[in-house]
Amino acid sequence: MTTGAETEGLRPGPEAGPPGLDTAAGGLLDQRSGVENPAGRGNPAGRGNPAGRVARNERIETKARQTPRGARELQVWAYGALGLAAIVIVWELYKLLAPADGVVIGGLRVLPRTTDLAMPHIWDMLARLFEPVTRAEGAAPLWAAVGAGALVTLGIAAVGWLVGLVVGVGLALVMLRWRLAEWGLLPWIILSQTVPLIAFAPIVRSWGSKIQIGGFEWADWMSVALIASYLAFFPIAIGALRGLQSPDVIHTELMRSYGIGWWRTLVKLRVPASVPYLLPALRLGAANAVIGAVVAEVSTGLQGGLGRILIQYAGQASGDPAKAWGPIFGAIVLGLVVAGSIALLGVFLKNYRRVEVNA
Amino acid sequence: MNQAQHGAPSQTTADAVTVTGVDKTFDTRSGQVHALQGINLTVKAGEFVSLIGPSGCGKSTLMRIIADLDQPTAGSVAVFGKSAGQARLDQDYGIAFQQAGLLPWRTVAANVGLPLELHGVGSAARAARVAELLSMVGLTEFADRYPDQLSGGMQQRVAIARSLAESPSLLLMDEPFGALDEMTRERMQTELVRICAETQAAVVFVTHSIPEAVYLSDRVVVMSARPGRIQEIVPMRLDGERTESLREDTRYFEMITAVREALHGGNPGGGIATGGLATGSVAASAPVRGAETR
Repeated sequence: MTTGAETEGLRPGPEAGPPGLDTAAGGLLDQRSGVENPAGRGNPAGRGNPAGRVARNERIETKARQTPRGARELQVWAYGALGLAAIVIVWELYKLLAPADGVVIGGLRVLPRTTDLAMPHIWDMLARLFEPVTRAEGAAPLWAAVGAGALVTLGIAAVGWLVGLVVGVGLALVMLRWRLAEWGLLPWIILSQTVPLIAFAPIVRSWGSKIQIGGFEWADWMSVALIASYLAFFPIAIGALRGLQSPDVIHTELMRSYGIGWWRTLVKLRVPASVPYLLPALRLGAANAVIGAVVAEVSTGLQGGLGRILIQYAGQASGDPAKAWGPIFGAIVLGLVVAGSIALLGVFLKNYRRVEVNA
Repeated sequence: MNQAQHGAPSQTTADAVTVTGVDKTFDTRSGQVHALQGINLTVKAGEFVSLIGPSGCGKSTLMRIIADLDQPTAGSVAVFGKSAGQARLDQDYGIAFQQAGLLPWRTVAANVGLPLELHGVGSAARAARVAELLSMVGLTEFADRYPDQLSGGMQQRVAIARSLAESPSLLLMDEPFGALDEMTRERMQTELVRICAETQAAVVFVTHSIPEAVYLSDRVVVMSARPGRIQEIVPMRLDGERTESLREDTRYFEMITAVREALHGGNPGGGIATGGLATGSVAASAPVRGAETR
């Protein structure tokens, strides 16, 4: 894959790749660097000059990456589709070839049964999505019920993620400001993640149900959101701390030479520099928030969310095996939506993800 | 723009930097390290002074103390008659390091304008000044590019433009061309000479290249290591313009020899390279060397 991209990238001229915004920029870059070198400015790099050489290599790489962008993207999607197809094929082949009772060795079933009850056909699962949820008159199709549940869970997970973001970044700032806080807090933050979530959820719920301040009453979904935030804050705190600490000494000294204080250094230097570390942390936090929300819904028994539907349909699996897969697909789509949102955020912040070449 | 301010303080007006009896010791695990000992140095306004010496001689430390990035253990530093800390807060100096240290998420123009932005210069005035600086370093057409799209030499020029943004009367440069190849380096030196002539700034320039120090400086401060001391201050007698032709001038080679000898502690035996570059100039440079030892 890479080899293909490189050979294409080295082909000169802007017509090397399919048209598109990035390709156009790549072409422009080619032309400009063409101008810049004969003028003697572009630094005849690569000759006994580490920094220049790195810069040049980087530029060639950028070209290689940019020019066949469209083709590469297509490739990525093709590989994705291929992976999906492979799963379907393996599933169906196993179902076709393996014995109906699975593979049993010495009384232990090492491979599952292949009956329609244990392993419905993929197409049955998909078809089931478009059939009504129940046989009752006017029942909505399964996908709508799953979708509604997923939206509820998404909302709760989003609240949990936001709380996790605030808490995580807050903790990171405290640890950044005071070295002592980092030593004191970090072990506890890591320890916090070893508490088993399922054991924790009912307790949070029973605490929550006793809280009532003025007109504010603790709702059950808040317990779920709290548990989601509990899982989400951890990667965000760690990622934010690493990101905020990432500026080089040269940058912090530059800020010092400008005579600006801690807060302005934070805003102008540390926060922008933390973006490349923060984005993966946010994605991890978002995935954790979804998992936390689903699991907490299951263990607190909250109605309306994906977690509840998951349990409910699994209970009906003996009569309607394909139905139980609906909420599983829902959970997968939910995960993709969440990851996609963070990726979108990354697109908006793409200038902050540039890496410095030779510092 | 800061020029008017600097004219004010009376008695030390003429001197950009006054270093008096500066000692610097670092506490390390293996005991105290004497980085600098008994440093006395005066840099006049508009003067170009290079610090040169073997690694570990404390030349960077001395520059950092002048910049108030390190504190001296003993002694005092005055920059335009003020304490180093006050001079830093007043933005009396511009600084450039061996690495460009550009902020990767900012365009070239935004990087150059950073100090102006931080000190509340309005956007119109900032844009005008940035345009002026970029044309000075010949990067006008790269204003909207990002640092990762530039070569090392261009990045360094951006860093130099940034250090000049607030028209400082003092430039502190710590091996700014250290990571560049020889050809880029020579071109940058020529540009620096031109820029200094335009801005009338005093420069403290840390380097480990003898030809570079000679080509650029009015005086070369030769330092020795462990403890870091000023061994000798060699005045450059290269009157007139620093042009490319100077690089082939005999006086230039004489000065190189003079600095090299000072570096080797006046020991002619340290002259493997002496013989190579300018044979016969040793005698000529001898009187110069003795002329202005601290």
